[in-house]
Amino acid sequence: MAEFNAMDTAAFKGVWVFCEQREGQIQTISYQLLSEGRKLANDLGVELCGVVMGSGVNEDYIKALGGYGADRVYYIDSPLLKDYTTDGYAKVMCDLVMEKKPEIVLIGATNLGRDLGPRCAARLHTGLTADCTHLDVDVEKYKEFLRTTSNIDVDNTKFEQNTNLKMTRPAFGGHLMATIICPRFRPQMSTVRPGVMQTQPFDEAGAAKVVVEKITPALTADDIHVQILDIKKSAKKMVDLIGADVVVSVGRGISSDVDKGIALAEELAGVLGGVVGASRAVTDAGWLSSDHQVGQTGKTVHPRIYIALGISGAIQHVAGMQDSETIIAVNKNESAPIFDVASYGIVGDLFKVVPELIKEIRAIKAAN
Amino acid sequence: MKAIVCVKQVPDTQGKVAVKADGTMDRAAMATITNPDDLNAVEAALQLKDATGCEVIVVTMGPAPAEGMLRELMARGADRGVLVSAREFGGSDTFATSQILAAAVNKIGVGPDDIVFCGRQAIDGDTAQVGPQIAEKLHLPQVTYVTDIQKNGNDLVVKRQLEDGYMEIKVQTPCLLTCIKELNTPRYMSISGIFECYDKPLDVFDYNTLKDDPLIEADTIGLKGSPTNVYKSFAPPVKGAGMMVESVDQLVGLLNDKHLI
Ligand SMILES: Cc1cc2nc3c(=O)[nH]c(=O)nc-3n(C[C@H](O)[C@H](O)[C@H](O)COP(=O)(O)OP(=O)(O)OC[C@H]3O[C@@H](n4cnc5c(N)ncnc54)[C@H](O)[C@@H]3O)c2cc1C
Ligand SMILES: Cc1cc2nc3c(=O)[nH]c(=O)nc-3n(C[C@H](O)[C@H](O)[C@H](O)COP(=O)(O)OP(=O)(O)OC[C@H]3O[C@@H](n4cnc5c(N)ncnc54)[C@H](O)[C@@H]3O)c2cc1C
Repeated sequence: MAEFNAMDTAAFKGVWVFCEQREGQIQTISYQLLSEGRKLANDLGVELCGVVMGSGVNEDYIKALGGYGADRVYYIDSPLLKDYTTDGYAKVMCDLVMEKKPEIVLIGATNLGRDLGPRCAARLHTGLTADCTHLDVDVEKYKEFLRTTSNIDVDNTKFEQNTNLKMTRPAFGGHLMATIICPRFRPQMSTVRPGVMQTQPFDEAGAAKVVVEKITPALTADDIHVQILDIKKSAKKMVDLIGADVVVSVGRGISSDVDKGIALAEELAGVLGGVVGASRAVTDAGWLSSDHQVGQTGKTVHPRIYIALGISGAIQHVAGMQDSETIIAVNKNESAPIFDVASYGIVGDLFKVVPELIKEIRAIKAAN
Repeated sequence: MKAIVCVKQVPDTQGKVAVKADGTMDRAAMATITNPDDLNAVEAALQLKDATGCEVIVVTMGPAPAEGMLRELMARGADRGVLVSAREFGGSDTFATSQILAAAVNKIGVGPDDIVFCGRQAIDGDTAQVGPQIAEKLHLPQVTYVTDIQKNGNDLVVKRQLEDGYMEIKVQTPCLLTCIKELNTPRYMSISGIFECYDKPLDVFDYNTLKDDPLIEADTIGLKGSPTNVYKSFAPPVKGAGMMVESVDQLVGLLNDKHLI
């Protein structure tokens, strides 16, 4: 592998997605990344490959990756890859990158991906951009993106004409957006948080024609310097915020009667077929567990309807919900910033507004 | 035995955040704090000191005023501070930052019983990449998202947080751990600590101190040695505010018209 040179940019081709599995199940972030990777591969006119590491992963699951856009899947199978270890996964990933030389590698910004990505980028001597919310290779598409999301005077700005990956991400707690490039090194690596990219509809034809290459890695137990003693799932069921159609979130505004506030949110969510989320003020206070937290350091959601009850609308919260289709805010302070992102706002006491809302929605549902 | 803790001074993004007209941060206009996760990393090291009497060394890369933060951490109980500071180091991305911090840790020296601690993530750059990248460059095993540490000689059993539970991992020293707020509650400075902190040693590592480390090359540090560059930066889009409705009646009517319910 001595000939690997991250600066020989012309030698790198193709878009890769690290497809994470846990307990043999492909994680949904993989489908989101493949859907996004497909667009990049089309713009570049190159192949999209999924990379799966595991032990005895069901072949149907692997083939299904073709249905989300993969032309090819490298499936690296070894008992040593059953559960994630930094050492095992980083070695296999880096060895494969050095051999096949992809130009782009996308990794989910999960607790595993955020452990693996930087380790690999450091070993490969290349750049890694964290928590990207938008990716472009095509300059015109990138300009279009800037036109709709930034204050940049696009028509009077110079853009280099190349297909470098333009990776846009929030920084400084969401107060700033930055587009990062990695022009001199390959692969161009980025992580993307779950829920940020949309999954494209499953395509049967793609699944039928995907090429699966099974690889046995050069990996031995001596390569792995940690020992996994146990993997424990938390006893209670975690709320599925990311997949939810409707999210009803509560904020510190419930503090005068926490139990009642949560009960109201649950009831409203129940009526709309949704789940309950929260601001960090609520999860920090322990009123709801941290898996309910929406925002920069919580989950990114884009449900059809997002309802914010007694949430002020701090930038870190908004970062996780602003792309919801319809946002409804209830807050007793008319100048609360949450109203700046809301499609519909009501100024009022949530303890009065929500019971009324539940009653009226029930009535309409009964009538429809 | 030593506990070496990497700490970053960050702008307080919870307070007023000043963005300049050109879309960059006006750091001068903002208050600075110690990165929150790094306080948990320091606390973990201090608990180790309470249990074993080990030496706790706090290391930061940043401009000269970051010394104040190091003194404050010494007032909490750290024994020594190292300020890594040089013009050549400016503009580093996470790759270059970890290159320099790894060289600084090498200079301090990582012995067989030692542990390097980092925070999981800094609240300004927000990447959570520097810890794992330091570990790679020091050839140390890493465990990230640490919520619990049990030490028995050179064996550590640590808990690593997952989205839906945790992993229990056995790892030997020397190793690198990245800490999150669930790990512990940071202690405050003590009165005696405040008195003593200015008598504790504080070393400055500049370019000359580190330049002989093979990690430090013109093309691996600073702006020139950074694989990533900021291409454009801009203020996040302000979504046009929607409409305020007067009553629940009106709202439910609107939602019904749009087939949202
Ligand atoms: C690095 C960092 C990361 C962060 N990450 C996140 C994150 O991921 N998610 C997140 O949510 N926050 C995050 N935060 C915290 C964030 O800055 C805010 O502190 C938090 O979102 C505030 O929560 P809140 O809106 O519930 O509370 P508050 O800001 O206290 O707002 C409460 C609101 O309720 C209203 N209210 C009170 N009583 C009533 C009533 N009876 N009826 C109606 N309205 C009422 C008030 O008018 C007020 O607007 C982060 C902060 C930092 C520094
Ligand atoms: C808008 C913007 C976006 C950026 N995006 C990227 C990007 O996507 N990829 C990239 O490679 N770089 C990026 N950078 C550069 C990056 O922010 C800097 O390299 C920064 O010095 C370290 O990254 P971080 O703040 O993300 O630290 P993190 O990786 O989040 O920090 C993790 C831990 O590492 C330790 N640590 C980090 N910095 C120091 C320090 N100076 N001294 C001591 N300990 C430290 C601390 O223990 C900290 O808790 C970006 C910079 C800006 C301004």
